[in-house]
Order: sequence, then C-alpha cells, then structure tokens
Amino acid sequence: MNQVAARYESLRRDRRKALIPYLMGGDPGLRETADLLTVLSEAGADLIEVGVPFSDPVADGPIIQAAGQRALNNGCTVAKLLATLKEVLPGLGTPVILMAYYNTLYHRGIERFMAEARESGVAGLIIPDLPPEEAGDLRHYASEYEIGLNFLVAPTSPAERIRQAAEASTGFLYAVSLKGVTGVRNQLPAGIPDFIARIKTQTSKPVGVGFGISTLEQARSIGQLADGVIVGSAIVQAIAEDSSFQKVTAAVRNLKEGLAG
Amino acid sequence: MTENRPGYYGRFGGRYVPETLMAALDELDAAYRRYATDPEFTAELDDLFHHYSGRPTPLYFAERFSRELGKGRIYLKREDLNHTGAHKINNALGQILLAKRMGKKRIIAETGAGQHGVAAATVAAKFGLSCTVYMGEVDIARQSLNVFRMRLLGAEVVPVRSGSRTLKDATNEAMRDWVATVDDSYYLIGSVVGPHPYPMMVRNFQAVIGRETRAQLMQAADKLPDYVVACVGGGSNSMGIFHEFVAEPAVQLVGVEAAGEGLETEHHAATLSKGEPGVLHGALSYLLSDSDGQVLEAYSISAGLDYPGVGPEHSFLKDSGRVNYQAVTDGEALAAFDYLTKTEGIIPALESSHAVAMGMKLAPTLTEGQIMVINLSGRGDKDIHTVAQSMGVVL
Ligand SMILES: Cc1ncc(COP(=O)(O)O)c(C=O)c1O
Repeated sequence: MNQVAARYESLRRDRRKALIPYLMGGDPGLRETADLLTVLSEAGADLIEVGVPFSDPVADGPIIQAAGQRALNNGCTVAKLLATLKEVLPGLGTPVILMAYYNTLYHRGIERFMAEARESGVAGLIIPDLPPEEAGDLRHYASEYEIGLNFLVAPTSPAERIRQAAEASTGFLYAVSLKGVTGVRNQLPAGIPDFIARIKTQTSKPVGVGFGISTLEQARSIGQLADGVIVGSAIVQAIAEDSSFQKVTAAVRNLKEGLAG
Repeated sequence: MTENRPGYYGRFGGRYVPETLMAALDELDAAYRRYATDPEFTAELDDLFHHYSGRPTPLYFAERFSRELGKGRIYLKREDLNHTGAHKINNALGQILLAKRMGKKRIIAETGAGQHGVAAATVAAKFGLSCTVYMGEVDIARQSLNVFRMRLLGAEVVPVRSGSRTLKDATNEAMRDWVATVDDSYYLIGSVVGPHPYPMMVRNFQAVIGRETRAQLMQAADKLPDYVVACVGGGSNSMGIFHEFVAEPAVQLVGVEAAGEGLETEHHAATLSKGEPGVLHGALSYLLSDSDGQVLEAYSISAGLDYPGVGPEHSFLKDSGRVNYQAVTDGEALAAFDYLTKTEGIIPALESSHAVAMGMKLAPTLTEGQIMVINLSGRGDKDIHTVAQSMGVVL
C-alpha cells in the first residue's frame, strides 16, 4: 500500500481527519521549503502537499500563481526540488504529495518522473489538469513505483465521472469544493454537504476536500463530512507574510483545532 | 478525417483540463454534434456568412504579383474582406449560434492581435450577449486600435499581467474565468487549439475557406491548386483552408510559422519547427518549452502568431508529413507586406504577410500553368502602427 492510503487508513482507525496544508516548492527558496516541511509537520500536518512551480497554472488563483512565479524566479527546477525533498523526507514522518501540472511530468517522461519521485520519498501525486481518461500511462507507472494517485472531482462531475475518478485513485479522492480556481474564500458553497454525500454514494475511498478553505470553522464543517481538508492559498499567504514561520504555524494549529471537533 | 478517435489526431489532442470543465466540454460536444448537421443551424450560419460577413470572399488572381515573381498564377483568398477584417469572424459566428442555442448568457474570449477579440465582441453585440475579452498587457500596448474597437462594441477588455503578458497568459486567464462561471458562460476559443471539441469545431467552422477556394478555382481554372500557403499561429486560418485539400495528394500544403528574429535565436514563435510535444491549454501538441517543461515566451512582430503552442491537428499533419511547415522572419514578413501593398494595392495583416513571404519564396519555382493559393487571413489596418515603428516613422 502507498503511504497516502496508509496514512488515511491509520487516521480512520483513530477516528481522525487529515489536515493537508499546501506549500509551493521553492517559494521563496528551496532552503525555506526544507525548513517549512518540518515546521508544518511539527505543527500537526497529517500529509503535506508540495506544489511544483509551473509557468501556466490554470487551476490556480492569484496567491498560488504568485508563489509559483517567485519560485521560478528564484531558480527552482524539478530536479532541485526533488533533491531537496530527498534530503528532508526520510526523516519527516509526514507523507508528501506533489501537486504538478501534467506538462511537468509529460516533458520529463512519465516513468522517469515516477522513478525520481519515488527515489525522493514522494508518497503521492495530484495533477489538476489530468482527468482519469488521459491517465493511462501514468496509472501504470504510479502503481509500479507505489506513488498514490489522487484524482479530482468537481461539483460539476456527474456520478459516472465520480466513480471513474474514485476507481483510478489509489490514495484519496480530491473533491474540489467549488467551481473556480484556488484561493481564499469567505464563504464556501452551500452545496458542499450534498456534493460530499453524492461522492460517498459512489465510493468508500477517503475523500479530501480542497479549494477555498482557510478558517477553523470551515475546516470543522468540512471535517464533519469528509476524511481530509486541504488548505492551500491561506497557508501560502501565511508563509509569504512572515518569514519566521510563526504565522503559518499558528494557522496550521488553528485548522487542526477545527478538525479536532 | 485525420481523427483516429474523437478528439485525437494521432497521439495529439485530448482533454487536459481541470475536472470542473469536463462536464462542460461534454455538453459542448453534444450540442455541437447535434447542431452541426441541423439544417436550421447551418442555414442560419450560411445566411450570416453571406449577409453579415460578406461571404463568399473573393479568390483574387494577383496578376502583377504573379508576373513579377515567376511563371505561375498566384491567387489570394481574400479573408481580409470579411466583416471585422479577418477570418476570425467565421468561427465566432459559428460558435455564437451554438452559445445561443445552449442558452448561455455570457461570452468569454482570449485574444492576441485583437482580431479574435473583435470578432467575439462583434458577434456578442449582434446577439445581445455580454462579452469579456482577456488580453495580455503587451498585446494591449501594440494593438490599441483593436482594444478600442472591442470597447466600442461593448466588450469588457481585461488586461492580463501574469507571465509573458501575451496570448498564452490571456488564454490561461480565460480558462480560469470559465472554470468559475461554467454554468452560464460560453468560452469562445479563437483558434484550433484547446481541449476537444474545440480544435475540431473551430476547424469545421473555418473549413468554409477551403470549400469556397476549391469551388472558385474550379470555376476560374478548372483545376485544383498546386500549392496552398497559409500562416500558422494557433492554426485556424490554415486548417480552414487546408482541410478541404488534405485528402488531395496532388495539392502541396505549406504552413508558415513566425521565425521572429530567426530560428537560430530565442526570439521566434515557430512551435512546429522548433518545439517538442507537450501539454498546454488543454491539448497535447507541439510546444515551445524549456528543459523543465516550462512554457517559453514566443516572439513575433505579429501579435496573432506570437503563441508558444499550436493546434493538435497541425502536430499530426507535421509528423505525418502531409503538410510542409516553414518559418519566415519578421524582416521577410515586413518585406512581403510592403511588396504586396505596392504591387497589388492590398495591405495584408502582418500574420498573413508571413504566408505572402513564403509564397514569394516559392513563386520562382512554379512552372507555367501551376497555381498557388495564398490565404490572406486578414487586412493590415490594425498593424499600421507596428509597421510604422519598424520603419522608424512616428505617426
Ligand atoms: C489576420 C490573422 N491571421 C492569422 C492569425 C493567426 O491565427 P490562426 O493561426 O488561428 O489563423 C491571426 C490571429 O490573431 C490573425 O489576426
């Protein structure tokens, strides 16, 4: 079993929900990424999502776009990011999932990417622009290298597509909470409970909910319905606002409290 | 015809988009399939082509241009005479009829040169839909005339400041808008790019160019062309004229990309000549990218060719060898712009000037009785400032 699925299983046994903060790899620099992985892990992250900076991030809003641009401007490359992860992940104790756009993998070669990710200790992958029907090769190599795949479902996905995404997911199913790109939202859509219930009728795999979530209350209400909460822009913003990382530590603790009940 | 399974041209094409859009693409595909063969829909589109846009556009025998360059006969397909000044309106009219039938209230579009933005704003005005056009800041600066035209037509023009601030980034922003507004907005893509069904649908709306060309040439010369030459940005005017002739092996098809400052420099937009397969804006196709797969900025003096991607069907036609893709530089395009203007009294768009330049290179090889058709995709009025600047003239 891949590390993502294993972590969800152990959380389930403990009747706990996964808190999954997101940070942009190489933002502001790779040194900080290495430090932040430890900071997030110690603050209570159950899994950590690491963005691979890409020139054309169509699923991302302004906060994560800017973070990716900073990382690229500061010289982050896939090879350097994977090298940093390789140093940190063995001692981390928290599984790391890469969030990469498909061209990053395609250009490198799917098999090579999987082999390198595995070598660096990466546990799973999220590819926001890759629907399951285009993922043939990827599924093959992910299974060979024991990388957990986490496909996305959206409020617009019909039952058939939800089933298909769940079937292809070997880690968790990533439910996009809203129609739109990543970013902090004051108000989440009223339809979330129905949406998650709809997903749960199609699969027994763990469901993580992301996009727009930033507050303790939001984490609490999602935690009552789903198996995990992914928090991106709010974390990226907290990192950008305070280089001593106290702000991001506080943010993770706060969300953790929301998830505790 | 070159599709092996729906949405794919060999290994190219597909749908690499956020999941939120998948249902919308299915809906669009179903609507397109239903209306593409619906007699009422096609009659309405034909009527608009004729009475609104002025089709059929002439196939003009450029006699002096031909005579000075060699022995063959060179014809210009006058897409520049369309309403709004370029071939872009063919596709915009087709898609707006679809948007109306799908009950959409709002149009989203991306634009580079502004020609597609103007076409989208035009059809939105005519059909009473609101329209938001995304345009890179760099393009806004070099195509101010078209920006003003779009605003006059009632469209909201949103400046895009991310990345290279050109067409690629405008397209990203349009896709982000669509992800958030997918219930009642229609994304009116301007070229044969994007996720399936766009490349197929846009090609089919543009295929009127090639159909007319064949019929007009049969009437004028009673034969097929020996060469068909068209410029390739995203690839819609070229697919539009090539499609009719892809299955005619005697017709040599030549696609012309922008070599900018030269293929040996980093400043060009020659995706098929210099790129590698990759994924951008929802499709697998040739792409200009760096060693890490980061998409590179393209460069061309012509805003409409300044795009690091290309339609997936072109990638297929390149690999299969059916189309010969070449590239011409800014300098060659400017010289062709000048030459056509002076020999025929026709001021071509800088995009189209790339096709004209290639035609001028091929012309001396034509033998008596051979025919070359150059697709004149648009008129040059929008480019006057750029051309003046290249000559050091302050207007
Ligand atoms: C006149 C003209 N020709 C050609 C193009 C390039 O687009 P395509 O390759 O889709 O025809 C443009 C794009 O703006 C244009 O305005």
